[in-house]
Amino acid sequence: MSAIPVGDSYDVAVIGAGPAGLAAAATCARASLATVLFDEQAAHGGQIYRSITETPLTSSPILGKSYWHGSALVDAFNTSGAQYVPGATVWSLTREREIGVSFGGGSQLTRAKRVIICTGALERPFPIPGWTLPGVMTAGAAQILLKSSALVASGRTVLAGCGPLLWLIASQYLRAGAKLDAILDTTPAENRMRAAGHVVPFLFSGYLREGLELLRTVKREVRVISGVTALRALGERTVNSVAYRRGEGAEETLALDNLLLHQGVVPNVNLAMSVGIEHRWDDLQLCWSPVLGGEGNSSLEGIAIAGDGAGIAGAQAARWRGALAGIAASRALGGSVEGSEESTARRELARSLRGRGFLDALYRPARTFRQPSGDTLVCRCEEVTARDIVETVALGCPGPNQMKTFLRCGMGPCQGRLCGLTVTELIAESRGVTPQDVGYYRLRPPVKPITLGEMAALPQSEAAVKAVVRI
Amino acid sequence: MFKRLQPDAAGGAVTVFIDGKPFAARTTDSVAAALLAADADHCRTTPVSGAPRAPYCMMGVCFDCLVAIDGVGNRQACLIRVSEGMRVEIQRGKRTLGA
Amino acid sequence: MATMPDAGRDFDVAVIGGGLMGSAIAWGLARSGQRVAALDEGDIAYRASRGNFALIWVHSKGLGLAPYSAWTMRSANAWTEFAGMLESQTGIDVAFDRPGGFNLALSEREFEARRDLLQRIQDQRNMQRFEFEMIDRERVKQAIPQIGPEVVGASYSRFDGHCNALRLFRALNTGMQQLGTTYLSDHRVERIDYAAGAFRMTTRQGEVHAGKVVLAAGIDNVRLAPMVGLNIPVRPQRGQLIVTEKTAPFLHYPVQTVRQTDEGGVMIGDSQEEAGADATVGLDVTAVLASRAIRIFPQLAGLNIVRSWACLRVMTKDGFPIYDQSTTCPGAFNASCHSGVTLAAAHALFLAPQIAAGQLSADDFAPFSSRRFDVQALAA
Repeated sequence: MSAIPVGDSYDVAVIGAGPAGLAAAATCARASLATVLFDEQAAHGGQIYRSITETPLTSSPILGKSYWHGSALVDAFNTSGAQYVPGATVWSLTREREIGVSFGGGSQLTRAKRVIICTGALERPFPIPGWTLPGVMTAGAAQILLKSSALVASGRTVLAGCGPLLWLIASQYLRAGAKLDAILDTTPAENRMRAAGHVVPFLFSGYLREGLELLRTVKREVRVISGVTALRALGERTVNSVAYRRGEGAEETLALDNLLLHQGVVPNVNLAMSVGIEHRWDDLQLCWSPVLGGEGNSSLEGIAIAGDGAGIAGAQAARWRGALAGIAASRALGGSVEGSEESTARRELARSLRGRGFLDALYRPARTFRQPSGDTLVCRCEEVTARDIVETVALGCPGPNQMKTFLRCGMGPCQGRLCGLTVTELIAESRGVTPQDVGYYRLRPPVKPITLGEMAALPQSEAAVKAVVRI
Repeated sequence: MFKRLQPDAAGGAVTVFIDGKPFAARTTDSVAAALLAADADHCRTTPVSGAPRAPYCMMGVCFDCLVAIDGVGNRQACLIRVSEGMRVEIQRGKRTLGA
Repeated sequence: MATMPDAGRDFDVAVIGGGLMGSAIAWGLARSGQRVAALDEGDIAYRASRGNFALIWVHSKGLGLAPYSAWTMRSANAWTEFAGMLESQTGIDVAFDRPGGFNLALSEREFEARRDLLQRIQDQRNMQRFEFEMIDRERVKQAIPQIGPEVVGASYSRFDGHCNALRLFRALNTGMQQLGTTYLSDHRVERIDYAAGAFRMTTRQGEVHAGKVVLAAGIDNVRLAPMVGLNIPVRPQRGQLIVTEKTAPFLHYPVQTVRQTDEGGVMIGDSQEEAGADATVGLDVTAVLASRAIRIFPQLAGLNIVRSWACLRVMTKDGFPIYDQSTTCPGAFNASCHSGVTLAAAHALFLAPQIAAGQLSADDFAPFSSRRFDVQALAA
């Protein structure tokens, strides 16, 4: 809980306490700017460094060396003089940089001269039949349970999907002494050709050695079934098995108690889109990325984005992008920043980006896992199926906002975070146009739910009252 | 199904009530983690179809971990830390008004 | 997949606008045996229909134009049949219910102002009178137990109701297509030309030809009107809405600014701002809407807001609908209003057949012609 009350205005407001946010806020505070960092979680770290200040797993090597890089970032932030407000959900941001934030059961508005959005990423939806069954969760969820609560999946556990995080969580589980019954690797075989074009920078990146070690360890101890082209989670009230196909082969089944899914992460665009920042469809990473300048500046004056929200590039890139956004904000407000700080950040950022192209190409998820069919749920909140969506496109519905009107999909509390990409891609595929042509849901505040009571307590102008009470 | 690693240095124990039954959680647990550690096989049934759901993302974006906490419905269990004596209830269908 | 018609394909009617207005009219035209093209914009468009409150509301309308009250009542009375027709045709239940509606007063002043307004409506010349009641707090509480302590009373009439407007839209769209209407999305009409008794609509996706055209394009009617010899003075008026998470049913009656949908979410309105074509959500207005809703139903305070949005109502000069047919371009019609849900039955069952026949009856529609604005201007 914040010891100091949240003020009316700041020089810089940073949203999100992952590597980008920690670095950005520390940089600005060190430049003597009045800086505040809002974060939804109770403790620093965002998702990649989740629970880093309070994990029960401090004395063990389970989480791996990369995780502990986060400690230095937290220390630097804590000594920088920035104000830290944990347990604070930012639910709105305007072009004038007025921020609506909810904490301690109440909401407040505050302003900043510069805003740096570091809300990071979330797991790409993985809409397979049965993905809503209890016992099916994301690999990231399992990782959070491990970090925050020292909990591991017990019973029969299968990991399915593709991407570096899959191997990371597998290795963390093995180090924790947990059993993994199988890894169903959905990395498309054809990706290896495409990835080969990016292999040289990857060979010289830090990711190669780390990646190879992880892969070797995991493959030694876990049954890895590669070339998986279809998945179905089966069960009545909870998941009890997964059916899969390899290539064109026959369907096989694995009995299980836990199914952990992962096929990469994508930017969490809701806050940025709700304020009107332009996003473009990135066809390599298959997601919406904000249109940004070199230091993360968006099309809106004074609002920048850093970290995975600016484009998926991992924890190290996030940290350096955060630093650069902090430097840019500091300079814009007349704060002092050492030249070497900027050149270090640029050099380190370039280094951390080397090899990402290879990972992006290799782990680009297969269409079958992004564009489901039939009764597979697309919108988990309103329980809308792929068939519903495709049939509605055939009725003439051109895009996701009309789709909301026809089917309610996207109208639930998650505000499209778990269905938006799927809906855009399904509509694009059905219409024979690109996702860029189709567009995305129109998002507006509150981007996270707040109570009517909290909203009611916000300032009400004379004009606003007149607009409503017209007696 | 989830189990605690041994040795477990996670803070002290905290007693929470899940549908009236006491359960020992740890201080760093979110309510969602406590539910999974308690082997709850679902945390809600949906207001649309009554289908059972359990925590999916653990980071506050999927809204599947909605439970009633201390009488207030539709709370995201993964974003709320356990506290001593907390009453957690499986949410069946729509939340109810009041409280 | 609905696509552009083959070159040279003609329609009896082109309806410009795919919202609740256009869809109700297109459905009614198709039922009357017309070959209809419904031209709609793309995914991002103003779409006043998205801002509806799903009310079929009668009892406080018509001050200044008694025929509007009669038209509204006629539509409300036809709604049961209308909903039934949609359901038997498409299988979609639009959840129409007519339990009567309340407008709750939060002070004696509001109560008296309300009574005064409603009485003045009834006392108008040529008014088709109907009953309304001013009821005290105790009686309101019997019907709606959750009202807060500030509610002093309400106006009530048994003629008001509500529906599920999203399903209404879907039923109309599905229904009209089932009846052979060609629905063309992404077909924004850039110009309309009238020649030799027919209309040619130019869109970026090609041309559409029709013997008649109906302008049901909301605020875009202003741009289209002069092309066919019509005058449609409408302007955008911003209204904001809040909807909460789904909640167990507690409110069965439509209350004019708070209602619970059949799916469980609580909808809250109703604001009016003259802000031009700006559909940005203003947090201060949202705050006022929220606080007023909580004064009406204190238990709402703990409910989470799932969405809030702003829409642009199609507001005519005097707030009453405009229905016209063009004299210089016979076959061009217009329908503009901000009560597309209430009037959906009338548009589908009474207006559309007259458009199909090529002539609006003076009895029904003369009071709503835009010529009334010329008269007003003269009288001014």
